[in-house]
Amino acid sequence: MKKLTKLTSVVLSAMLAVSMLAGCGDTASTSAPAANSTDNSAEASAPAASGDAKTFKIGAIGPFTGDAAIYGLAVKNGADIAVKEINLAGGINGYQIEYNSQDDELDNEKSVNAYNALKDWGMQVLVGSTTSGCSIAVSAESSADNMFQLTPSGSAADCIATDNAFQVCFNDPNQGVASAQYIGTTGLATKVAVIYNSQDPYSSGIYAKFAKEAENQPFEIVSAEAFTSDSKTDFSVQLQKANDKGAELVFLPIYYQEASLILTQASSAGYSFKFFGCDGLDGILGVDNFNKDLAEGVMLLTPFAADATDERTQAFVKNYQSNYGEIPNQFAADAYDAVYIIKAAIEAAGATPDMSVSDLCDAMKAQMSQISVDGLTGLSMTWDAQGAVNKAPKAMEIKNGEYSLIQ
Amino acid sequence: MAFLSYLINGISLGAVYAIIALGYTMVYGIAKMLNFAHGDVIMVGCYTVFSVVSMMHLPVWLGILLSIVVCTVLGVTIEAVAYRPLRQASSSLTVLITAIGVSYLLQNLALLIFGANTKAFTSVVPIKAVKIGDKLTITGETIVTVLACIIIMIVLTLFVNRTKAGRAMLAVSEDKGAAQLMGINVNRTISLTFAIGSALAAVAGVLLCSAYPSLTPYTGSMPGIKAFVAAVFGGIGSIPGAFIGGIILGIIENLSKAYISSQLADAIVFMVLIIVLMVKPTGILGKKIQEKV
Amino acid sequence: MKNYFSKNKDTLITLGIVAFAYVIIEIMVKQGAISSLFKGLLVPLCAYVILAVSLNLTVGILGELSLGHAGFMCIGAFTSAFFSKLTVGVINPDWLRFVFAILIGFVFAGLFGFLIGMPVLRLKGDYLAIVTLAFGEIIKNLMNVLYVGRDSKGLHVSIKDAVSLGLEDDGQILINGAQGITGTPKDSTFTAGFILIMISLIIILNFIKSREGRAVMAIRDNVIAAESVGINVTRYKLLAFSLSAALAGVAGVLYSHNLNSLMATTKNFGYNMSIMILVFVVLGGIGSIRGSVISAVILTLLPELLRGLSTYRMLIYAIVLIAMMLFNWAPSARAFRARIIAKLPFGAKKALNEEV
Repeated sequence: MKKLTKLTSVVLSAMLAVSMLAGCGDTASTSAPAANSTDNSAEASAPAASGDAKTFKIGAIGPFTGDAAIYGLAVKNGADIAVKEINLAGGINGYQIEYNSQDDELDNEKSVNAYNALKDWGMQVLVGSTTSGCSIAVSAESSADNMFQLTPSGSAADCIATDNAFQVCFNDPNQGVASAQYIGTTGLATKVAVIYNSQDPYSSGIYAKFAKEAENQPFEIVSAEAFTSDSKTDFSVQLQKANDKGAELVFLPIYYQEASLILTQASSAGYSFKFFGCDGLDGILGVDNFNKDLAEGVMLLTPFAADATDERTQAFVKNYQSNYGEIPNQFAADAYDAVYIIKAAIEAAGATPDMSVSDLCDAMKAQMSQISVDGLTGLSMTWDAQGAVNKAPKAMEIKNGEYSLIQ
Repeated sequence: MAFLSYLINGISLGAVYAIIALGYTMVYGIAKMLNFAHGDVIMVGCYTVFSVVSMMHLPVWLGILLSIVVCTVLGVTIEAVAYRPLRQASSSLTVLITAIGVSYLLQNLALLIFGANTKAFTSVVPIKAVKIGDKLTITGETIVTVLACIIIMIVLTLFVNRTKAGRAMLAVSEDKGAAQLMGINVNRTISLTFAIGSALAAVAGVLLCSAYPSLTPYTGSMPGIKAFVAAVFGGIGSIPGAFIGGIILGIIENLSKAYISSQLADAIVFMVLIIVLMVKPTGILGKKIQEKV
Repeated sequence: MKNYFSKNKDTLITLGIVAFAYVIIEIMVKQGAISSLFKGLLVPLCAYVILAVSLNLTVGILGELSLGHAGFMCIGAFTSAFFSKLTVGVINPDWLRFVFAILIGFVFAGLFGFLIGMPVLRLKGDYLAIVTLAFGEIIKNLMNVLYVGRDSKGLHVSIKDAVSLGLEDDGQILINGAQGITGTPKDSTFTAGFILIMISLIIILNFIKSREGRAVMAIRDNVIAAESVGINVTRYKLLAFSLSAALAGVAGVLYSHNLNSLMATTKNFGYNMSIMILVFVVLGGIGSIRGSVISAVILTLLPELLRGLSTYRMLIYAIVLIAMMLFNWAPSARAFRARIIAKLPFGAKKALNEEV
């Protein structure tokens, strides 16, 4: 009898495990709306779907939970706003867009899972991933499927290594070189210190190119100090080293959370550096309760500023604020632009939702080097054959608690 | 001069670790469990102060008081709901896993309520920085944190050794069964421990965020781990040990950033920890436990 | 023969369950009855099962709490991915290269397990736990500052930044610090994962039953008693610990050859992952290899199944985790469960058995 009960318990647990597996397959496939997810099931299971019920399915991936949630949520919301606007205005080529977004927790492996979940949902075009590492991991999958991938903010050069992948943001080498040249040509300083996050591909990527370009520029890097994701609260050492070496300007190729701490700590230690950053610094004025006086005079090279006065940016910022209660950062703007870029590519290609994912991708790829898109993060953006964007970076300075363009 | 400055900054970082470590060590010493959710209780305390002071514009003392109340209630509730049912479980690891679950729960709750955006915390310390010469600066936060640390350490030591409730804690930490036989209410004693530990977390949170004014749902987790290391460093369960461990950890971290490599500072801190434990297997001030057959 | 079966019934049942699951899933994949999400999860699932089983060897059989298991996985992942990247196109066919990669992951992780185990295993309880955590973090930290490049002059190594590698123009960066290794060949397949699970299970289950395994369990139950009967405590502890580390390395190989972009973050090779693996082990039952397999599968699938809940996903996951722990392990919940089972028809005997 004892043997029997033991056996039943084993069988039961095995069944549990198997039913979990099967359950996974089932729920995922049923949760995907029957519309055009695969070529044959679309016709079979959606008899009501006439031409006008067809939609483009756009998916987005980013970290919605965990340490980097701020970027992923911005991408999710920014793309959402664009999708709603386009749908209101009549969609793409007359077809509405369906939008879905999935969490990747800033984990390459989870990002691939998110991609697969979106594929089950029937995604045809991908906006993502938000971060470089995840984007690279996903691009291996998307290129195997030949799905069009446009990363809003994955800035590493490897993000667009596959021919189906494109970028909205500047890539890291680009930003590092542009920053060094800007500092060099405008003669902002002769002694420069750098504080960067060595564990962040974005930050270390920019630093590497900045350091290389600096050799050709009339300034000298007197100290280059890193911090890591595990110790990103205390910057006293890095700041003091910069001060001891006589740096006049501190280059911060990092994100604004850490930058806000660096500014606070520099001020309380009584240092008076000039600070210069990249697009990651955008958003620093949006930090809740941040003492904006500290950011006075900070310069940044960024394609987007929430305080810009043009009509589209203002409408976007207003819309974002009323929906999500926050001022959008550059990630949200990148994602917003991404959806409009996809729209432009689809329209240029004259594509329709009933095309297969791969055909759609081929059609859009062919157009990417042709189109020119005006977005929040740049006017007349164009793409080269590799998939990198061409747009003019704007140099901004924070004056009176606002971003203002340096002419 | 530069060295002195690095040292002072190290002490100020270490003082923050120390004050968190005090809470850790308190709970560990008596309840014999690693409360991985301690760092997240700190985060809850920070958000409470932030809501009261920066969003509702109420006075700072009220914010701190409310934060202590909220954290205490939270700590006692967590203990009663998630930890107590597992106290008699066959393995002590089960409660460790539940603590991790609680940690995830608190982080994700905060994410839903307050969003992912970083909040800049306004320092609650009114003292201005003290300048010595022209290169040495001691911030007000450093002074307050170190003082708070020392006061808390002394009060806790007195409390544990001199009061009845404190001695009950010692008894429970030595032997739960025997303590119960002596008429000590073990459940209540452990609840009290969690109440004190969580109130300390609230204070630690306020000081952590005053020194490093950036608040996200994950603010507590990394300092939590570092403070745990500090507590082990000093000998976990020992109240002065937590203080010493925290300060030493902060100093090592800053000096290795300054003189060795800022990228490898964490690795160096952990390396020193390993070496200390190799030489003194129960930490700097830890008691040596004799093994019986 | 019959004797062999009855002696190893438990092992065979565990292997049977895994093989059964494999066959069912393979059939479903062939039929196209499986979603892309699940298909993509198959290889990570295998990696996590191996991790859980290998950690159970340390936690359950050896009885020591390790919080640095992900560090060994990291070693396995990086050494093997580096090897594969170096030899892509040199060693043919691909499967042979993958076999070598697995062996390299196994050997290096095992070697590190041995080197780390020597000092660490002298410590006890929570102190041992914190030192393993420290080693795990050190490994992750070092991986993040390691730059390796290759050009016509050979290999260049730096622990500062990519610039100081001083590569020639034809150079190629193989390990790029925090950006890790990009472009590892995708050699991991579900079948390979399945075979590795089977091998790991056979190794571990046989180890437990062997003379060495019994010695290890004797040490777990009472060190002094074990010592007094002449068991070489250090040797057996090290043996179990290194074996556990080596198998974690194998899981790392599987993991790294499934992803195009391999980075060492807190999430995948830091203490977060170590704790995650520990959760698998504790939830599945400390010491129960079969339990580890099942709980690794369930807990990996759970957050993916909850994707429909979007932002509430991780919150629900946390609640489910706490609830499962309480339900499975709280003495009062166990008593309650036993009462319920006793009331069910034909459950009375089972409840009795459980109490025995």
